[in-house]
Amino acid sequence: MSTTIPAAPPEAAPVPPRRARPAMTDRTRHERRLGWMLAGPALFVMVAVTGYPILNALWLSLFDYRLTDPDGREFVWFANYATIFTDGLFWRQFGVTALITVVTVSVELVLGFALAMVMHRALYMRTLLRTAILIPYGIITVVSAFSWQYAFSNTYGFVNPWFGLGDQDWFGNTWTALFAICVAEIWKTTPFMSLLLLAGLAQIPNDYLEAATVDGATPWQRFKRVILPNMKAAIMVALLFRTLDAFRIFDNVFIMTAGAQGTETLSFLAYRQTISRVMVGLGSAVSVILAVIVVLIAFLFVKVFRTDLSQQKGGN
Amino acid sequence: MRRTTHVRRRVLGSRVLGALAVLGLLAPLLTACGGEESGGPTTLTFYSSNPNQVPIVEKCAVESGGRYTLDVQALPNTASGAREQLLRRLAAEDRGMDILSIDPPFMAEFANAGFLRPFTDAERRHFSYDVLAGPLEQGIFEDKMYSAPANGNTQLLWYRKSVLKKAGIDPSAGPVTWDQLITAAEKAGVTFAAQGRRNESLMVWVNALVESAGGTILSPDSEGKPADEVTSGLDSDAGRQAARIMRKLADSPAAYPGFSTGGEENSRAAFQAADGGFMVNWPYIWAAAQTAVADGSLAESFLDDVGWTRYPRVLADRESAPPSGGLGLSISAFSRHQDLAVDVIRCVLSPTNQKAYMFTAGDPAVIGSIFDDPEVRERFPMADAIREGMADAGPRPVTPYYGDVTAAVQSGFHPPDEVTESSAKETGDLLEAVLSNERLI
Repeated sequence: MSTTIPAAPPEAAPVPPRRARPAMTDRTRHERRLGWMLAGPALFVMVAVTGYPILNALWLSLFDYRLTDPDGREFVWFANYATIFTDGLFWRQFGVTALITVVTVSVELVLGFALAMVMHRALYMRTLLRTAILIPYGIITVVSAFSWQYAFSNTYGFVNPWFGLGDQDWFGNTWTALFAICVAEIWKTTPFMSLLLLAGLAQIPNDYLEAATVDGATPWQRFKRVILPNMKAAIMVALLFRTLDAFRIFDNVFIMTAGAQGTETLSFLAYRQTISRVMVGLGSAVSVILAVIVVLIAFLFVKVFRTDLSQQKGGN
Repeated sequence: MRRTTHVRRRVLGSRVLGALAVLGLLAPLLTACGGEESGGPTTLTFYSSNPNQVPIVEKCAVESGGRYTLDVQALPNTASGAREQLLRRLAAEDRGMDILSIDPPFMAEFANAGFLRPFTDAERRHFSYDVLAGPLEQGIFEDKMYSAPANGNTQLLWYRKSVLKKAGIDPSAGPVTWDQLITAAEKAGVTFAAQGRRNESLMVWVNALVESAGGTILSPDSEGKPADEVTSGLDSDAGRQAARIMRKLADSPAAYPGFSTGGEENSRAAFQAADGGFMVNWPYIWAAAQTAVADGSLAESFLDDVGWTRYPRVLADRESAPPSGGLGLSISAFSRHQDLAVDVIRCVLSPTNQKAYMFTAGDPAVIGSIFDDPEVRERFPMADAIREGMADAGPRPVTPYYGDVTAAVQSGFHPPDEVTESSAKETGDLLEAVLSNERLI
């Protein structure tokens, strides 16, 4: 068993030769018009509720504007962006956000895969097992953050007594606080990762695995040469979704450390400027930068890693 | 023809039904509007940051004889959380807000933005009568009263009498300094609890240390200046003394585990523990300890072992400036019932109600004569120390940019075990740069 079994070939859909577009019939035209009339209002509302805030944020980011000082509002072009990019705090928080993203997504991928395999292979109590695994994802992040904060507390938490750590102050140091935040994040969102991977796993035809078994492939070889290559698209989509999500991490940090001990992330930076400081211009600029980074991550996954988002609809 | 009439009737019937349904839905709204017009009680919204205010507010509504009813809305229980919610709603000119509980340091920000209705001279005289100087100052911005002092607050030095002999120090015998107390706690093997958490309690501590050393966080001429002209007073001996003491306590074995993340409640827990020795904290801890004794979670002997005195000094030859806290009641500038709101505040802040609030919340009243009340003196044996502390308190900076000031101080002086004397200058520089929009916070 030394060759890789290729991914399932696309269904043989005959490609018609390119011809001049046939003239649209009256019926088609009417149906198209009806389609626009039915979907148009929804489309308009969607564009209005998503497009307007984005454009407004872009516009506001060009102002020095404090909500409690409306008279002091001043158009400053790109000064807010200059302030942000030249401040070490931004780069530090960018680093913290990237670190949390890389660590949590990596661990979640491994754990999520293991859980997906368990859910896929389970013969008994399948529904119960899947429900149990998905419970953390169903819990509101703020609630789970509080639970983990209590768990890691050095006065009433269970983590220290369980592992004999005495008075270890988890939230008193950057690295231990980040560890606690990552644990909470991983616990909360691994089920999501495993759910996406389970969908990918279910798409691998059983014939491939049976053929590999007949050829004498070990379980590791089957995993490496059959399962992984056939799940590439599902893995990339799972990574993309979780990376985008993890990069916007806010709730866990807000509850567990309130940004103390250098655990602030970029979302927290946007929150502090906009909500705490009511510096609407500066906060909008941070939000715009955050949005651009998220779009870049999505672009990177879709173009560079050739992630096929259509896989999530059931493929082909 | 008959058929047409039938159809018309059906259409008409459905229209009538539809109109009735709409009227039915609108009825409660119409009735509510009509109630005020026709002399029914007016509903005022009271944004409260302490649940202990609720029974008093409800009592006032009953006593109003039907003039008003009060809809109490709870604010988040942290100072910064309450500020954010109030700020968001006021900035949106929410007309559904009438009476607001505001933490004193944030009052200037709201007043400067035009969010609060200033009290008239007559109202100011009423709400100033017999009120202690510390809380009174906190309600005034640019010579106008925007906040009627509802309760004052100050921190005391609390100690366990049982450890004094071993520690070789007795705070009740005369003023003590932070240095002496840290050394004494180390000698006795007990903790000295202060609030090292990065939130408003850290700002309270830093401000008290700086003021006690004779300095100020903002230079005295900063009030009323635009943000980019505000200057810091932290690059001074007082600022450096504050940083030195904070670091000394953080490095000392007298700091309790989790000191850098410990707030008031963590300090209280550390003080109540077997190795508790000294603590700086608000007087509410006395009422809390009594409650703990009553529910059996704390030994009764604890209350006999607790002593208190004035907040510790930074410099041996200079009297300390204890922290100043409390709560003020203000009226939203966007309220539709501003005059009635004044009546509500008059009722809530009556001497009887302030006394009741002091008993339930454990937070001191602002009326001086209440401290002479025998019942108050019995329930609060430290009444004189509280009154003295409130009179001599060093308030936090009065500035419309207080949110940025406290954020900069919390950032520069945290974590306490990494603070150095240069932190004073660096925090001052950060504060000025943040206010000039040159740096982030």
